[in-house]
Amino acid sequence: MSKKDEVSKQFLEALEFRGINRRDFLKYCGATAALLGLSEGYGPKIAAALEKATTRQPVVWLNFASDSGCTEAFIKATYPSPAEVILDILSVDYNETIMAAAGKQAEELLEKSKKTGGYILIVEGGIPTKKGHGMIGNKEMLDVFKEMAGPAVAVLAIGSCATTGGVPAAKPNPSQIIGTSEALKKLGISKPLVNLDLCPVNPEYLVGVVVNYLLLGKIPELDQHGRPKMFYGQTIHDNCERRAHFDAGRFVEKFGSAEEGLGYCLYKMGCKGPMTWSACPKIQYNARTSWCIKAGGPCIGCAEPGWTDKFAGFYERLPGVTIPGIGGVEKGADSIGTVAAVATAAGIAIHAVATAASGRTKDKDEKDGGKK
Amino acid sequence: MARITIDPMTRIEGHLRIDVEIEGGQVKDAWTTGTLFRGFEIILQGRDPRDAWHITQRICGVCPTSHGHTSSMSMDDAFKVRPPDNGRIIRNIIEGAQFVHSHILWFYHLNALDYVDVVSALKAQPKEASLKKVQAKLKSFVESGQLGPFANAYWGHPEYKLSPEVNLIAVAHYLEALEMQAKAAQVSALFGGRMPMTMTSPPGGVTHVPSVDDLKNYLFRVKELQAWIDNVFINDLLAIAPSYLYAAGVGKGHGNFLSWGVFEDASFDPKKRLLPRGAIFAADFPKVHDAVPGDVTEDTSHGWYKNSKPLNPAVGVTEPEYTGYDSNKKYTWAKAPRLQNKPMEVGALARMLVAYASGQPTAKKLIDDTLKAIGHPGQPQVLLGIVGRIAARTLECKMVADAMLQWGMDLIENIKKGNTAVYNDYTIPDKAQGIGLWEAPRGALGHWIDVDGKKIKNYQCVVPTTWNVCPRDDNGVRGPIEEALVGTKVANAEKPLEILRVVHSFDPCLACTVHVIHPESNRIMDFKVS
Repeated sequence: MSKKDEVSKQFLEALEFRGINRRDFLKYCGATAALLGLSEGYGPKIAAALEKATTRQPVVWLNFASDSGCTEAFIKATYPSPAEVILDILSVDYNETIMAAAGKQAEELLEKSKKTGGYILIVEGGIPTKKGHGMIGNKEMLDVFKEMAGPAVAVLAIGSCATTGGVPAAKPNPSQIIGTSEALKKLGISKPLVNLDLCPVNPEYLVGVVVNYLLLGKIPELDQHGRPKMFYGQTIHDNCERRAHFDAGRFVEKFGSAEEGLGYCLYKMGCKGPMTWSACPKIQYNARTSWCIKAGGPCIGCAEPGWTDKFAGFYERLPGVTIPGIGGVEKGADSIGTVAAVATAAGIAIHAVATAASGRTKDKDEKDGGKK
Repeated sequence: MARITIDPMTRIEGHLRIDVEIEGGQVKDAWTTGTLFRGFEIILQGRDPRDAWHITQRICGVCPTSHGHTSSMSMDDAFKVRPPDNGRIIRNIIEGAQFVHSHILWFYHLNALDYVDVVSALKAQPKEASLKKVQAKLKSFVESGQLGPFANAYWGHPEYKLSPEVNLIAVAHYLEALEMQAKAAQVSALFGGRMPMTMTSPPGGVTHVPSVDDLKNYLFRVKELQAWIDNVFINDLLAIAPSYLYAAGVGKGHGNFLSWGVFEDASFDPKKRLLPRGAIFAADFPKVHDAVPGDVTEDTSHGWYKNSKPLNPAVGVTEPEYTGYDSNKKYTWAKAPRLQNKPMEVGALARMLVAYASGQPTAKKLIDDTLKAIGHPGQPQVLLGIVGRIAARTLECKMVADAMLQWGMDLIENIKKGNTAVYNDYTIPDKAQGIGLWEAPRGALGHWIDVDGKKIKNYQCVVPTTWNVCPRDDNGVRGPIEEALVGTKVANAEKPLEILRVVHSFDPCLACTVHVIHPESNRIMDFKVS
């Protein structure tokens, strides 16, 4: 038996105790490949890379001004499960929500990680910059971040609070909370950074980025907001399961109505899908059980930097959705149903307008590709 | 006298500091400190009220749904709209799944490691193949030297009392429970779109008409959860409890309990909720007192606020003033809420005791059976303390999962009869005020909303962990966790495992607690409810 086979055997035994057989594992790797935008053929390569890993990648997970919703979201991950991530793939050396150690013993662990370095730093929550507003172990959160960002190999800002401050940074931002990229800039620290905007983070995005890093040794290609293109390259509207109804001008006018039951479009109920860039419709939530729009909840735009204020008035119709050739703002969308012949063209136009309105075009994305 | 500070307190939600003074191996005094705030009520002012139920879910990522529902209920009250029966049932279902998820997570992942020695499990001599595999995995994990979340804990502490075999079973179920809490969250997502941060419970009801597919998915998922709770969760409690019954009296506290009640009845009467509204004082069973929001006051004498006399949240004044940590004077961002001037414990034990004392038949049977099993029939007083809190959460989890199956059947019956309404429309009045009183898994939760010019003029929350983690009041009466800590024996001050047990038994959630005010603006929160 070759060395590689032995490693494989051990690895598969380790998986088997959790009821995962080789077929399941390859299926997971196939799903991960799909998530990463790779062809299914990459599945076995991912499997091989994970099997070969002898030490687990250390992770330090810091919670700042957050509500732990992203920790909660993370432990709902499916492929792989949180148990696999914690036991088989990563070494989560510091996370206050799950770690057994407390107080002095917890502080010792953080010190140890800082000395050893080489960890991925996962940041949950924004960072208060007003004195006394956020303290851990009697230190200002900004100082804790400064100490821990230095020795990290890369920083992952997960969720809207970590990227741009999120809800607690909404006007008037009482604790003067800033996001991770701003904190790095303020502290003069240069580190590879991935922003995973969403409230809360989609755990499959988080796991996807980590697996991408373990496989390729680098962070994925990013858009101009530092978000992985593989998850933020298209609008929700682009892939929405209710899109055909939008194109045909069939809209929900009241929650819980027959039209809602038929899956009509939620644009008139305030849906922000046309201006929100995220793969929510494809990857969904909670083991692909559902997602906001499927369950009749209009998108509130939480994948966009600057959410909440950017889309406050969640049930108000998205302004500025102009449809050329039909005329008028908003009214245009109402008229589509009566002009069925132009529906497809109008849909495409909406996309173009939404793209321009959110300051992004395909060209620009490509030009900025991967640079931070 | 030795003073111990535990900061950060881990395996809780949020940022908490605990200080205790120890004399003769026993806690003589204790102080609890919330160390972060975010200022939600300030952020809400001037916004579209309908956004509040989304924004307040972000107060807490562990119990977002409870905040969302309480917020929407405050608007149901203010806008004079009541959800149709299906809307009521679906909100109960989404909330119920969150309770089940939260209790599983708390039992296995936040609390169990105070009782289960993970390293001791290596010494077990299991016969079952599945346990052998778990042990082999654990062995290779420990030998890898990368202990991850299990590093540097109190393993080997003499207060760990379980046999290696029981420890091993508990470790296996720790892993299994990670999957089960995720499955419970899938049930919330089925009707709520996603969990955390559900999307479908605005004022007036819920947004979505369930399809046949949704209902089918719901029933089989709930049955799976039910079976696991009955066969694994309850049995784990029974396997672990006998070794710790000696500690039943640890962490008693004041014996005052408050429940606003949760899981709406068709009558919308809070005393008829699955877990009804009521209060118990000084462990005086079976007397249940009316719990009314008018009896709530908030005391600021030991929080970082300018002193004012205790006021009802409806007319509350909050003038923040950070003066640094001084446990003789001011030492936390939490205010001290009181009901009839008394500190109140909230959470599953409070709900189950209020339900028991109110004669709620399911709760009564579950608790009576439990008391009989531990040799104290008819003596609910023995549930005061850390073991009782664990038992209450486990029993409540079963009670809620069983009720969820019934709600599913009720929903199907309604739909079969052609009643598919889930939402009632409303118009936002120019001026309106409303109150939502409900329960998060961690305890009593209240939202007060004041709308003026169709915008939020003022918003106030009094949340579970503020009740539990609050400081002393002006009379020097300790908060519930502080009081529960006093008298706790601590074998080794370097490894204060016994203190973690008392604090964890309350399942604190600090994100909820310290979000009230803006310390720089010194803004006065003037709030009136008619």
